[in-house]
Amino acid sequence: MNEATSHAGSVSVQHAHDVTGMPTKVHAREVTVHYGEKQALFGVSMDIPANSVTAFIGPSGCGKSTFLRCINRMNDTIDICSVGGRITIDEQDIYDPSLDVVQLRARVGMVFQKPNPFPKSIYDNIAYGPRIHGLVRSKSDLDGIVESSLKRAGLWKEVSDRLSEPATGMSGGQQQRLCIARAIAVSPEIILMDEPCSALDPISTAHIEELIDELRENFTIIIVTHNLQQAARVSQMTGFFHLGKLIEYADTGDVFQNPQHSMTEDYITGRFG
Amino acid sequence: MSEIESAMSTPPRTIGQELMSEEGARRVRRRYRADARFRAYGIIAICIALGVLAILVGTLVSSGYTAFVQTQVRVTVDLRDADIDPADVRAANWRGIATGAIESLFPDLPQSDARVMRDMVSQGAPFIIRDAVMDDPALIGTVFDIEIPASDRIDQLNKGAIDRDSPADHRVVTDQQIGLFDQLEAEGRISTPFNTALFTAADSRFPELAGLWGAIVGSFYALAVCLVLAFPIGIAAAIYLEEFAPKNRWTEMIEININNLAAVPSVVFGLLGLAVFLNVFGMPRSAPLVGGMTLALMTMPTIIIASRAALKAVPPSIREGALGVGASHQQAVLHHVLPLAMPGMLTGTIIGLAQALGETAPLLLIGMNAFITAAPDSMLSPSTALPTQIYIWADSPERGFVARTSAAILVLLGFLVCMNAIAIWLRSRLERRW
Repeated sequence: MNEATSHAGSVSVQHAHDVTGMPTKVHAREVTVHYGEKQALFGVSMDIPANSVTAFIGPSGCGKSTFLRCINRMNDTIDICSVGGRITIDEQDIYDPSLDVVQLRARVGMVFQKPNPFPKSIYDNIAYGPRIHGLVRSKSDLDGIVESSLKRAGLWKEVSDRLSEPATGMSGGQQQRLCIARAIAVSPEIILMDEPCSALDPISTAHIEELIDELRENFTIIIVTHNLQQAARVSQMTGFFHLGKLIEYADTGDVFQNPQHSMTEDYITGRFG
Repeated sequence: MSEIESAMSTPPRTIGQELMSEEGARRVRRRYRADARFRAYGIIAICIALGVLAILVGTLVSSGYTAFVQTQVRVTVDLRDADIDPADVRAANWRGIATGAIESLFPDLPQSDARVMRDMVSQGAPFIIRDAVMDDPALIGTVFDIEIPASDRIDQLNKGAIDRDSPADHRVVTDQQIGLFDQLEAEGRISTPFNTALFTAADSRFPELAGLWGAIVGSFYALAVCLVLAFPIGIAAAIYLEEFAPKNRWTEMIEININNLAAVPSVVFGLLGLAVFLNVFGMPRSAPLVGGMTLALMTMPTIIIASRAALKAVPPSIREGALGVGASHQQAVLHHVLPLAMPGMLTGTIIGLAQALGETAPLLLIGMNAFITAAPDSMLSPSTALPTQIYIWADSPERGFVARTSAAILVLLGFLVCMNAIAIWLRSRLERRW
């Protein structure tokens, strides 16, 4: 928690798009994933800088979501999935057997493709995380967290007078922002977003993109997207995946304007994928 | 075939042209006819199902409705000269008192017809008079009227089940008895009120005294035991298998076996109950506790399968959402998946219990078809259950049990309808959208 806020202090707005000086937050070396017999990821290595937005792009089935789900060990829930290689967050190996996966997921929040609010009230959706982690002592603490999370997700004005209404009654875009607020409420250091806008209309998408840009100050954001313009708009670093391999990983500007790899160029110019 | 060939030989037309053409219009008409036919098949199927149901209920009602009323004879009891010790009412000569009271109904008849007179009212008359006096000792030394059920034959005569015009040797009541009945009716001593004994009395050899209370209590105890055993075990097994168990050959085998168990004939569970609960553990015969345990064995697979289906129906996104904010697997299941699956689980459980309520074979094997004239006062005392009571009555030769069997089936169906209604209500009440 404190780490996230201390990072926030080190970000200067002028250099928001320059991530060269940022410390590495996630460090992956030779990560492989097998689903049973089938290999889905082949030796992916990358360093993801802190307090930045990193986008993963690539055609369907290229392994970008699989890699994303390795970072909070969401793949553990799939029985036949096995992960090799090494991923560290702040120098700590997250596949270390002594590490508690629940604590890891509290540090690495996740927003999914389809908005998936719990079928409870808006308040309870946000309050769930802080409650199970024992982050709050009193009702007023919890109220504070709910309010600040909703404010940071840009949802407070819309829902402040109906916190007790079911979250499932909101629009798709609101639901997705609620899911982001829910992730923020436990003060993670990293937020993983798996195609967060693919089920949303353009206006809701614009909302979420603005939100991502704001959240970058306090969180390290990794986003998987099918929308290349979105990747170009919101991210500072871009990784291009193809057939389970990381083909190119560089500054977003470089990837889109000056790709080093012909496959990247083909994909970005729409020749395949 | 020819259509396709002709379509291929002619130059391609647009869909619009196709529909405008003679042939296209014919095809559309054919499709409409097929639609109408399909709908008609469905309606016919539903009509057949409803018709069969109507026949079933109609037969039961037409043969069973008479059991819901009972012919009663108002008998005047004179206790002025009776020798009754108020401290021990039970010890008095109730048989003699009852005989005297019945004979006083027919002062014209000679003593040699005592048997004919006694056969007019239920043989339980002495006990009914005794119980009335025990309830109200103030009656000792007075003259009072009491309603006593007529004997089965007179009851049938009153309800019109016996044809007066048939030859005397073809019917079970004699001309003399018909005459006596008409005399009582003329005196206003005959009444046919609602048959409360059907719901408050236990079984009896005499249909006019027999009731379902013992069977209802027995079924209630057995279902309570069944619920207490099968619900937690079934739900826990379903949660473990669906959410936590590793997918390997062992769990696969367990799954297959549970599915097979659901298809095992219920009589096999009865044999198991007999062999294990009665013979190995030496538990009491005919006890609702054992009946409930046997029914629990039978219900558990149903509950497990329904619960697993309910758990599977919860979208994985909910589970992932919970895991994503750092809930442990167990928290995700208990806080989010289980509440969403609960309506389905409860529905499955109630339907399983409804099945158990109507199950006869396993109860026959553990002796719950015994002849027991008192409602069970605990789970260990011998008892019948509703389906076995129906079985016993259906097997009894007395005329009155024919109607009572149908009435008992109607009562059982009533309970089943209630349970299913509760299941539907619970589902609509608890179901939440996601």
